[in-house]
Amino acid sequence: MQPFTTHTGNVAPLDRANVDTDQIIPKQFLKRIERTGFGQFLFFDWRFLPDGSPDPAFELNQPIRQGASILLARRNFGCGSSREHAPWALDDYGFRSVIAPTFADIFFNNCFQNGMLPVKLDEADVDELFRRAAAAEAAGHAYRLTVDLENCEVRDDGGFSRSFAVDPFRRHCLLEGLDNIGLSLKHVDEITAWENAHGLTPLPGGTT
Amino acid sequence: MPAPRTLLDKIWDDHLVCSPDGEQPLIYIDRHLVHEVTSAQAFEGLRVAGRRLRRPEATFATPDHNIPTTDRRLPIADPISKQQIDTLRANCREFGVRLFDLGDADQGIVHVIGPELGITQPGMTIVCGDSHTATHGALGALAFGIGTSEVEHVLATQTLRQSKPKSFEVRVEGELHPGVTAKDLVLYLIGRLTTEGGTGYVIEYTGPCIRRLGMEERMTVCNMSIEAGARAGMIAPDQITFDYLRGRDLVPKDFDQAVARWSTLPSDAGARYDRSETFSGGDVVPQVTWGTNPAQVVGVDASVPDPASMADASDRSSASRALEYMGLEAGTPIAAIPIDRVFIGSCTNSRIEDLRAAASVVRGHSVASRVRAMVVPGSGRVKRQAEAEGLDRVFTAAGFEWREAGCSMCLGMNPDTLAPGERCASTSNRNFEGRQGKGGRTHLVSPAMAAAAAVKGHFTDIRQWRYL
Repeated sequence: MQPFTTHTGNVAPLDRANVDTDQIIPKQFLKRIERTGFGQFLFFDWRFLPDGSPDPAFELNQPIRQGASILLARRNFGCGSSREHAPWALDDYGFRSVIAPTFADIFFNNCFQNGMLPVKLDEADVDELFRRAAAAEAAGHAYRLTVDLENCEVRDDGGFSRSFAVDPFRRHCLLEGLDNIGLSLKHVDEITAWENAHGLTPLPGGTT
Repeated sequence: MPAPRTLLDKIWDDHLVCSPDGEQPLIYIDRHLVHEVTSAQAFEGLRVAGRRLRRPEATFATPDHNIPTTDRRLPIADPISKQQIDTLRANCREFGVRLFDLGDADQGIVHVIGPELGITQPGMTIVCGDSHTATHGALGALAFGIGTSEVEHVLATQTLRQSKPKSFEVRVEGELHPGVTAKDLVLYLIGRLTTEGGTGYVIEYTGPCIRRLGMEERMTVCNMSIEAGARAGMIAPDQITFDYLRGRDLVPKDFDQAVARWSTLPSDAGARYDRSETFSGGDVVPQVTWGTNPAQVVGVDASVPDPASMADASDRSSASRALEYMGLEAGTPIAAIPIDRVFIGSCTNSRIEDLRAAASVVRGHSVASRVRAMVVPGSGRVKRQAEAEGLDRVFTAAGFEWREAGCSMCLGMNPDTLAPGERCASTSNRNFEGRQGKGGRTHLVSPAMAAAAAVKGHFTDIRQWRYL
């Protein structure tokens, strides 16, 4: 897994609540059996007009937001389906971090599995980031933020700085880019002990 | 005296493998359900790492999301869909997973066949790469959806990294009025809890109104827990649960001994929940969603709400966007909304009792001329049972299409979709933008309400229905 330590990049504000995974990656693109290549389909139904051209009204299509790598969103981001294709699409498009007041549980989990950092900030702080992004864009340049997992902090170079909470184990896995399965398999003796205590016998040929 | 524990506490304690310092706990997973859309990349991950399944016999697979619901003897026309189904077959063969394949008599929607075959049992931990896994909690299991990386983790280790979720008791007093169903109850609850009210929690539904629900009604309620943000919903097992399970294919051989064990699962008197809320079943009327998330819902006797009347700015902007997408005007009576399509099916409402309820409404009536209506049974077994009871003929005589088992138009990933602008009364679980097809407009309702809407061509209050 790609590690996440500190990332500085342009911010794309998406001022909508309850952005569901059906919007992030519509179901017609879930038929692929690969993990890669989903970025071209990100927010497909919002991003493209029926003739296939980019919809100039959609937030991410603003020229100033091209190349953004931090998505700023509203509450309950990633609700709905469990499809991991949602973080795969965000990652493949170029996002390394999503900042929102709240996230749906499964999406939140799925981000950590893919070296992407979802950051929860208070609603008032997210409001402030939306204001700062709007001001920067009005002045003709993209808004830049640094998401620093080592210090658990989001900051800009205009005086904004907030710390965020993150589960210490998940933080550790993300900083190191650890293979979660390999890590769990270090506990294979405990798993076997649980199985024995519950009358299950490990099968020959199983992972050991 | 040990401290009183909730149903969640008991299942959690029993499945905790280890809780190493500085790590998230590992919990053991009893049953893993697999379908074609969220598993291919997980199996590929195993292959690349040279890993096998730790307990293949705990894993069950079926194709459901991406399959046509027309004649099963025909080949799948879409080559990309076909490849995904073929990949599931090849993976099940290679890794030794039991597959209920297309054409198998027991194939169906994964959340329908789990309980139906007795794969789902009280006290178990059950996962699946699908957010509606919460369905299985109706039998007193801890069941929740996971992502594909976690699917791979469970396949390889039969465990999951998981911090213990908080517990949320949703207590429902009283009883539902005639014509009001489990679907109406859960839509009503989501409307009050909001789409994120349950985030971080496992909901346990308790109270006399819940205890009166039949097994399949309980599945409908637990199924939609995720629409309130809760990864899992559960209902303590009781005689209704045991009667449902007795005689099913994969239940324990010594069933009475299992019942004795399962009977210890319900929450102890005095057990503490992290949060509790109480509702009254008698307050619920038949529900219809008007917006683009399941919490945007009102009673069938109400009107489309006015965003301007909403206190919260974010609710206002969501509602305005939703009305624009849905092509609705604030103040329009729900019963005055005409519909083009009706879909009866999905893991929420495709079981035999759902089909019986819809058929009893339809019997002797005809589908309105402007409406195209379809019934998609949740499994091969449900389909055969319905046909044995003559329900298929009730539907087809009225003008409904009667189809093969699958997820169908719930998510429109298969050929069953809405055209842009089409408005659908649907018994499924999500009314998100584009969910049933780009530009499609979904209203979530109960099977009886969907059937009545098919006949009338618009929503109508099922409590006033003239049954023939």
